[in-house]
Amino acid sequence: MARRSRRWSPVPYLLTLPGALWLTVFFIVPMFTMFSVSFQEGNFEEGFVFTGYWQNYTNVLTRYDTQLFRSLAYGLIVTLVTLCLSYPMAYWIARRGGKNKNLFLLLILLPFFTPFIIRTLAWKQLLGDNSIILGTLKGWNLLPESYQVLATSTAVLSGLIYNFLPFMALPLYVALERMDPSLLDAATDLYSNRRQAFLRVTLPLSLPGVFAGSLLTFIPAVGDFINADLLGGVNTVMIGNVIQREFVTNLDYPEGAALSFLLMGMIVIGVFLYARVLGTEELTG
Amino acid sequence: MAEIRLEKLTKEFKETLAVDHIDLVVEEGQFFSLLGPSGCGKTTTLRMIGGFEDPSSGAIYLGGDDVTDLPAYKRNVNTVFQSYALFPHLDVYNNVAYGLKRKKVDQADIKKRVEDMLVLVDLEGYGPRRINQMSGGQQQRVALARALVNRPAVLLLDEPLGALDLKLRNQMQLELKRIQREVGITFIYVTHDQEEAMRMSDRIAVMNAGRFEQVGAAQDVYKLPATAFVAGFLGASNLLDGEVEGADGSSAKVALAAGSTIALPAARLPNERGSVRIGVRPEKIFIEAAGSSGGGTENRGDNAIEAMVDISIYTGVSTSYECSTTDGSKVVVYVQNMGASADALAPGSKVRLSWHPEHTFAVEKNSSTEGGDNEMSDRGGTT
Ligand SMILES: Nc1ncnc2c1ncn2[C@@H]1O[C@H](COP(=O)(O)OP(=O)(O)O)[C@@H](O)[C@H]1O
Ligand SMILES: [Mg+2]
Repeated sequence: MARRSRRWSPVPYLLTLPGALWLTVFFIVPMFTMFSVSFQEGNFEEGFVFTGYWQNYTNVLTRYDTQLFRSLAYGLIVTLVTLCLSYPMAYWIARRGGKNKNLFLLLILLPFFTPFIIRTLAWKQLLGDNSIILGTLKGWNLLPESYQVLATSTAVLSGLIYNFLPFMALPLYVALERMDPSLLDAATDLYSNRRQAFLRVTLPLSLPGVFAGSLLTFIPAVGDFINADLLGGVNTVMIGNVIQREFVTNLDYPEGAALSFLLMGMIVIGVFLYARVLGTEELTG
Repeated sequence: MAEIRLEKLTKEFKETLAVDHIDLVVEEGQFFSLLGPSGCGKTTTLRMIGGFEDPSSGAIYLGGDDVTDLPAYKRNVNTVFQSYALFPHLDVYNNVAYGLKRKKVDQADIKKRVEDMLVLVDLEGYGPRRINQMSGGQQQRVALARALVNRPAVLLLDEPLGALDLKLRNQMQLELKRIQREVGITFIYVTHDQEEAMRMSDRIAVMNAGRFEQVGAAQDVYKLPATAFVAGFLGASNLLDGEVEGADGSSAKVALAAGSTIALPAARLPNERGSVRIGVRPEKIFIEAAGSSGGGTENRGDNAIEAMVDISIYTGVSTSYECSTTDGSKVVVYVQNMGASADALAPGSKVRLSWHPEHTFAVEKNSSTEGGDNEMSDRGGTT
């Protein structure tokens, strides 16, 4: 065994080749293309040319700052709410799930068996002005006739939270499940009551899960456009909707590309700061 | 004053009676072992003393106070857990300091006590290390330091050496014994290894199926097992069926099914008449060819039976013989290889086995099953 590993072998490199090729062709090349597009000028009919036009960035930033910051705020709210909702749930499954752990995990994942759009459309039905919920409550005069949820930020946030909850719950579950329960015995043995044991032992050990879950929730939530499209209105337009419109409706590729990279830059910086706050030691250990 | 007192302590899980009405007194400063095969209830007993498991019934007293309903974090005991349960997100220093910080000891004092403790367990300078950078033996010491630094009245240790290899185990046994003497704290030590228990303990409780079979000084438990289980669990032993013939003052006579009558101190008989099982340890038996003069120079013991050698195994220091008596019982004999009479007795030879009445013990005929099988399987599991 040892002798074999000493000799150079092309096999490991060959094994990574398909993946590397795939990423190069379908990820890195388009990234560079889009990046150069974001510095182009012109219009769809006459064509775009690369002129190093960085004003694309300042233009979209001033024009779409509301949507950009709304998206970041929505992403933040969604991350916080899903964290608060899934932590107790993941904790309970990891600690008390017993033989049924996998069943509970399956229940969390069950919505994924229907497509994203269908799930969001179902929420549209649920939140409709005369839906089974609002309609009934209005029928009993518990809500004014004009009351609506659809097209408000409540609706968009509800949809986002619902759709991204499993992305938070699963990494949290993995982190909590991995923790040796005898650590809690040790903490109580060393004069911690249950609250202190949670704060000093469980919480720090679950931070890698919190981190992973936050990334998996925050990043796609910020860029999402389906929830805002189906459940939102004019006041809930997110940056994803704007980007989509730039590309599909306005056919303004440079501005769409600039907006995309602006969003990406903001997310990368945000994630970097977040990792610093949580402490990288916990994330690698 | 007794440091620990258990009264009719019982723990029932859904289907198992893990601990069954045990009574126990452990004196201050003792190294006390709970010894028994896997699943006999040792951990459960320890967890009840530590406060991690609520007893189904019974009471626990620590230093005279009833602590049965006191939560773990308010008890003046600390535990070294079976898997160490060290906090992986803290370094060695902060693991050891954890309890003192919760007790709000002041910083300078914590620093001094933690560092002294690291010296005591031979880990000086390891404070900033992360737990996953420590070897098994070192982690074991950290766990010990983390518990001892709080100066508890009682230290509970659940098979603390179980995960270590044999060499490290032997070394840590001595180390633990040294530390216990130095700090003078009562140790309750759980193990399924009878050699470990005998080597380290002042007193031993032999446990089987949730009950104590025997509680006593390590030597007494070995020399005078009270039950067949204890005889079998602590080292090898030979048990022979017999009938009590009667007592003559302090000495009693028992007729063995194997064909001869032997003597033993009357006080050792579990019942004054009827059937008993007579026991003798393999190293206490002399073996010689039948009909030989017996040398005549030394007292070979007054108790004797006839037997035939089935197998002899030479192991360098000693030779062990497996013999069968006329009634078919097996008797194992260990003979030190002293050099002079190196001629081994061949299988098939007729032999005379003899031993002293003082080396003879007796257990009830119908007492619990022997511990021998458990002992073998446990050993297999740990080495
Ligand atoms: N939490 C528990 N739930 C159910 N049964 C248990 C639990 N803990 C221990 N037992 C049972 O109690 C018995 C004693 O276990 P334990 O005290 O761990 O034994 P030991 O430490 O001597 O190996 C075993 O039969 C075990 O299966
Ligand atoms: Mg155990």
